[in-house]
Amino acid sequence: MIVEVLIKSLFILLVVVAAIAPVITWIERKQSAVMQDRIGANRADINGITLLGLLHPLADVIKLLSKEDVVPQGANRVMHLVAPLVAATPAVVAYAVIPFGGVYTFGSHTLSLVAANPDWGLLYIFAIGSLATYGTVMAGWASNNNWSLLGGLRASAQMISYEVTMGLSVVGVFMVFETLKLQDMVVAQDTTFRLLGFTDVLFGFSIPYTDWLRLPAWGVFYQPLGFLMFLTCIMAENKRPPFDLPEGESELIAGYFLEYSGMRFGLFFMSEFIEVVVIAGLVTTLFLGGWAIPWVSTEALIGFVGGAFNEGFGTGIAILLHFATFMLKVVFMIWFQMLIRWSLPRFRYDQLMDLCWKIILPLSIANIFVTGAVILIVRGSA
Amino acid sequence: MTLPLFLFYLFAVLAVLSALAMVANVRNTVAAAMSLVITMVALAVIYVLLEAHLVAAIQIMVYGGAIVVLFLFVVMLLNLRSDDFPPGRQRLTKAAGALLGVFALAGFLRGYGALPPAPPLPEGFGGYRAVGLALYTDYVLLVEMASLLLTAAIVGALILAKRKIS
Repeated sequence: MIVEVLIKSLFILLVVVAAIAPVITWIERKQSAVMQDRIGANRADINGITLLGLLHPLADVIKLLSKEDVVPQGANRVMHLVAPLVAATPAVVAYAVIPFGGVYTFGSHTLSLVAANPDWGLLYIFAIGSLATYGTVMAGWASNNNWSLLGGLRASAQMISYEVTMGLSVVGVFMVFETLKLQDMVVAQDTTFRLLGFTDVLFGFSIPYTDWLRLPAWGVFYQPLGFLMFLTCIMAENKRPPFDLPEGESELIAGYFLEYSGMRFGLFFMSEFIEVVVIAGLVTTLFLGGWAIPWVSTEALIGFVGGAFNEGFGTGIAILLHFATFMLKVVFMIWFQMLIRWSLPRFRYDQLMDLCWKIILPLSIANIFVTGAVILIVRGSA
Repeated sequence: MTLPLFLFYLFAVLAVLSALAMVANVRNTVAAAMSLVITMVALAVIYVLLEAHLVAAIQIMVYGGAIVVLFLFVVMLLNLRSDDFPPGRQRLTKAAGALLGVFALAGFLRGYGALPPAPPLPEGFGGYRAVGLALYTDYVLLVEMASLLLTAAIVGALILAKRKIS
């Protein structure tokens, strides 16, 4: 049991933190270069081999590790040193409850590809996410710099505000799937629903020959507004452009991490990129069906491949395909976040707060009411 | 010693020590607030060990994540320095704290060993389903009253804070 959890955790750490996060810095450079009609990162080389610029993350790490770690005069030394760790830890541990594969049975043994699957999985993510504020606030305060302090203040106000709406915007998802366990949510999305099924409820008959018109039962199709709002809020929590008010280079120089150098600056930098992966994984799990392959349910897949060969082989193929599907969706969401990051300019602070409290908050509450009413009507008619 | 018991003692000691650090850091308000965060998180771990999972999550989300961040926000905005606190005013607080500590210790010593063993937990205890059902069936009137009170408090705070409402 413990060994299994350890192996899964190690897998997540090696795949997500150690492998994807540095690659994302490369994706970000290359994608921005493509969007701005440049060539992009291509200078770092070993004996002339550049690997399309893939060596840049390595060069970055060597540079960051070998730089001097400066603690400014008058700073609170302990807090200044601890703050980057406090910022990076929540980003890494949040991944524990995100499933990267389905539930499979091998004889009597059941394998669920998620490191931890507590009853309150999504609440765990929110709890961990709410602790992420402290790293930035500590860094801003402990640096003994007015720009940093302003950055820390901005970060705390922004993150508290968007936490509220982030929580409210996914309530509709809980209501549809009736669970907070992320693995159970994905299992519920591993099916399809009839696109014109609403005529049964509204008019009492179904249009003939439309049974093949089916959509995957993904959260994004049940909760399109919730998807948009959740994506907006969670990207605002991550503090990357267009929500990068806490660092706002043109106003605050670099905001809360202004006084950091070397790998401690690198930790802030990395935690943002790890959060990009966490956001992609979470949005995939809640709204894009997680590891589920659209229109092909797990039983159908194992039945098809297992029928041709044997069931153990079919399950193995299913594990591989599900993991590949999950990673494909995660990479898509990472690409989408990069697209937004390089497309939109920074908000003004009052626009940021108006978006949260005057637009998303009322809309998310309305979304909860409408979802509840629809669920009542559908259940009542069934 | 079993693992849950070990974790309990570890986080209980951490909670007490960080609470003490909060009181001791009375001149460095940011450090005091950060110690309070550690206390809150340690308490949340103890709630998890007591199978009260929902309370643990809410403890971190509301107290750890929101309320103490607001404390920090205010403290940082005011930017209090250690010499803003006159030394004389703390004597009474210290005496009151010591007295409370003595009472707590006496209560602990009196109750130690005299407690009956815990009854077995009902199915789904402490999960969001059980708590939600209890809140919206048995205690729905109290929940609605509390929400009305909170709404009134929010409106009142707005009116006090905003001099003229356009």
